[in-house]
Amino acid sequence: MPDLLIELFSEEIPARMQGKARDDLRKLVTDGLVEAGLTYASAGAFSTPRRLVLSVEGLTAESRPVREERKGPSTNAPAQAIEGFLRSTGLTLDQLERRADKKGETFYAVVEKPGRQAAEIVAEVLEATIRAFPWPKSMRWGSGSLRWVRPLQSILCLLTDETGAHVVPLEVDGIKAGNTTEGHRFMGNGRFVVTGFDDYVVKLKRAKVVLDTAEREAAIWQGAQNLAFASGMEVVPDPGLLAEVAGLVEWPVPLMGRIADQFLGLPPEVLQTSMKEHQKFFSVRNPKTGRIEGFVTVANIEAADGGEVILKGNQKVLAARLSDAKFFWENDLRVAKAGMGEWVEGLKSVTFHNKLGSQAERIERIAALAREIAPLVGADAGDAERAARLAKLDLRSSMVGEFPELQGVMGRYYALEAGEKPAVADAARDHWRPKGESDGVPTEPVSVAVALADKIDTLTGFWAVPDEPTGSKDPFALRRAALGAIRLILANDLRIQLATDKPFPESEVIQPGEFSPFEFAYLSHLDLEQPNRLRSYYWTERDFMKVISKAGMDPYNHYCKQTLKGFEKGNRVADLLSFFHDRLKVYLKDQGVRHDVIDACLAMPGNDDLTLLVKRATALSETLKTEDGANLLQGFKRANNILSQAEAKDGVEYSFGADPKFAETDEERALFTALDKAEAAITPAMQAEDFGTAMAAMAALRAPIDAFFTAVQVNSDNPVIRRNRLNLLHRIRAVCSGVADLTRIEG
Amino acid sequence: MSDAPTTPRSFQEIILRLQSYWAAQGCAVLQPYDMEVGAGTFHPATTLRSLGAKPWAAAYVQPSRRPTDGRYGENPNRLQHYYQYQVIIKPSPANLQELYLGSLAAIGIDLGVHDIRFVEDDWESPTLGAWGLGWEVWCDGMEVSQFTYFQQVGGHDCKPVSGELTYGLERLAMYVMGVDHVMDMPFNDPDSPIPLTYGDIFRQTEEEYSRHNFDGATTEMLFQHFKDAEAECERLLAFDPQDPKSGKRIIMAHPAYDQTIKASHLFNLLDARGVISVTERQAYIGRVRALAKKCADAFRLTEAGADQ
Repeated sequence: MPDLLIELFSEEIPARMQGKARDDLRKLVTDGLVEAGLTYASAGAFSTPRRLVLSVEGLTAESRPVREERKGPSTNAPAQAIEGFLRSTGLTLDQLERRADKKGETFYAVVEKPGRQAAEIVAEVLEATIRAFPWPKSMRWGSGSLRWVRPLQSILCLLTDETGAHVVPLEVDGIKAGNTTEGHRFMGNGRFVVTGFDDYVVKLKRAKVVLDTAEREAAIWQGAQNLAFASGMEVVPDPGLLAEVAGLVEWPVPLMGRIADQFLGLPPEVLQTSMKEHQKFFSVRNPKTGRIEGFVTVANIEAADGGEVILKGNQKVLAARLSDAKFFWENDLRVAKAGMGEWVEGLKSVTFHNKLGSQAERIERIAALAREIAPLVGADAGDAERAARLAKLDLRSSMVGEFPELQGVMGRYYALEAGEKPAVADAARDHWRPKGESDGVPTEPVSVAVALADKIDTLTGFWAVPDEPTGSKDPFALRRAALGAIRLILANDLRIQLATDKPFPESEVIQPGEFSPFEFAYLSHLDLEQPNRLRSYYWTERDFMKVISKAGMDPYNHYCKQTLKGFEKGNRVADLLSFFHDRLKVYLKDQGVRHDVIDACLAMPGNDDLTLLVKRATALSETLKTEDGANLLQGFKRANNILSQAEAKDGVEYSFGADPKFAETDEERALFTALDKAEAAITPAMQAEDFGTAMAAMAALRAPIDAFFTAVQVNSDNPVIRRNRLNLLHRIRAVCSGVADLTRIEG
Repeated sequence: MSDAPTTPRSFQEIILRLQSYWAAQGCAVLQPYDMEVGAGTFHPATTLRSLGAKPWAAAYVQPSRRPTDGRYGENPNRLQHYYQYQVIIKPSPANLQELYLGSLAAIGIDLGVHDIRFVEDDWESPTLGAWGLGWEVWCDGMEVSQFTYFQQVGGHDCKPVSGELTYGLERLAMYVMGVDHVMDMPFNDPDSPIPLTYGDIFRQTEEEYSRHNFDGATTEMLFQHFKDAEAECERLLAFDPQDPKSGKRIIMAHPAYDQTIKASHLFNLLDARGVISVTERQAYIGRVRALAKKCADAFRLTEAGADQ
């Protein structure tokens, strides 16, 4: 059983690409080997900045011989058919076998593939892998045509068995595979011969290369912590940075330095971001002061002077960077203290989207919407509006210009500096959240109001343009925005009717809550040329006329006609709601709620209240997992089918109420009693939106319904009895339809 | 590294050492291009010569201008006029990284004491319609060079691929000599009879050009010159290659490219004057790129830019 060792040695591979490259190399090579008929015991892939390595253990020495047999046409078949068969098999007529069967004689093609040596297969698979390697970005170099992430310099490819190590004969674009490699760029000592994986790892370490990324990560983390600990400090954990740094060095040497006093007043996020983004430094915190006071940089060399020059150089670069940051911070603080008016002005000239106006216009809309949403989330309307006006101002700050990832974090500092309430300032930071699937959801009401207003404004805006996502294209990340809004609503248990079409308000002045959030936001977009011109609202054409005449405007001028025309395009609000429902389905599916369960709940009224919708879905999903629930579903469907057929046939609706006095059997009477009992439990439960209790009461009907169908023939010859029984089935349908439309459940 | 390199004593010594080093590696040591450019890459020895199949190896200093970076000579390392050292070799040799490291040693960077790193940095020039993959080279955490394998220039695939090295000379020299403010850096040997610092030579011009770039330059004239350069570039390329006077086939790729360089610099000046809006910006970059592409197309039809 030979072992295989492959090393693809190149110029520096970007750190961020190494992880996937390891997985791809392992998968492509092992899949190729298996497909060619080899098996192996285990495989492991490794990377350093200059090499991509695969070790495969327990490979079979040769592939099993394969015999393939294909049945062809009859020997009497037309010449064309036989020729076709020859073409498809690549054989000649005399190579075909003739076999007698019931119908006469038939051609067979028998192809025997002898077993092949592992070396031959490895060479083929590796060449194919190299040529088709899925680097996110690849390049050519010199005069060659091969593509690799950076110039590929050498290939090591060895099969090692009891007779020794054998180079796999292989050449790719002029690079011949061999049995040598080299160590560290500066501390290694030329090329050396390798005989197998264990030998390779040992010799690499001697040549100052740690092959395993996990080992380098551990060394960096341990080293950094030791350095920090020695001076009573602690390293701020950052797994992403750790992985990146481990991909930048072959021989990690952590060095610790101190941040000059003059920079210690910068916010910790600024220090951390500047050091991480520009210098790949870990932040070191002083537990006594809670401040970031030092850094750990990771060199790739054991310097002759113990790293003194390296540390000094890094410290100097850091000082220059932090001087810039300090300049930005002080400059921004000046603007913040003056009330941020400069930034308000500045945002007027920043385009958000060419049809959705400037950032300043967008902020106006979000502020109005946040005020509208505030009471629905328990926030003070004034605070929500104020927070919305401030939340995006830091987009104009120098610091966010330099570090876009500090957006929000800086906004909070600047709002506090401007003397705003903490809840208002926090919204600047938190209204961006959730930023991704793993990010938490804000819970402070002011933040929630602004976060929701921000997302709903974006979504309704792109729906109004219209420029909603199609297929895989979602350049404005609208799916993420919708999911963010959904998570905000669910995590905070918010009861909001997002899109309910309410009657047109009769009041002179528009009152809060007269429009649903979607309508409110959508209407503020309708005149896309002049989004702020009409601060009034309409829904039908008639209502629109009323509003604009109330506003003293001429309904027949150009602008109004344009707006009306836009409005006639159809109900985009309903369309946006169904986009939310699609996102919600994906979200709930990930939580284990079945697709049809969600559909059944979506069919119920009030489905723009997502919290209510999820309550229904959860109760239904849980009930269907019980035996009673699953059986009830069958009983319900049976009742519903019989009833629907009868109703279709008779052209009437059997909803007059069944009378127990026409009941003939005990089972029938029992069902009446059970339904009475269930209704008594379900009605208050439904009022309390306690869908779990309601579903449990429905599930309790399972036994009486089953017994009823076993004992009773619904379509009795007696029309009175039949009608009464159909009316009874109608009660089952009615009683069981409170939580969800069970007809939509599959199975 | 065995033979400990000495630390250079002046800015010019670093340039001289780079010149001798790359001359010894077989590069033609060219002189700066005699036009205002934003970076060494704009020199036709890089842009145009990286096209076509003919082998090429050149090294040169290129004075470069970035009008928006003017800081009146006050910022320790920001200048509107600065020097780049540029090396371009086609096809890129297999040992280009080694050669590059040799050049660092040559200017006094002890590779046994410093931490040299190749950190991913993909290069793209929207005005030249060019891109390549490579790294920024870090020395103790500071970026000292750009190292790029050209993949496309002027919209043409680079076949073979050129390897390009760009050193930011002031920053590199300041680091090597331990100088904190660029204006304090010795330009010639500090023991010369007349020692001159970088500031002695450039402080005044940084002031003058900063004022010029931000406030002085006449924008109407610059807009007109931009249009003229654009029109002239296209006009020169529209000539019939057959020259009636000499009887030769002469495509005016270089003269046309000069106009592209001009247009690019005029755009940079207009940008510094703050008269180009965000949306217009992209359009101007697109116009310069269109010229660069046409010049590249034309150069490919000449002898120096041919496939054979």
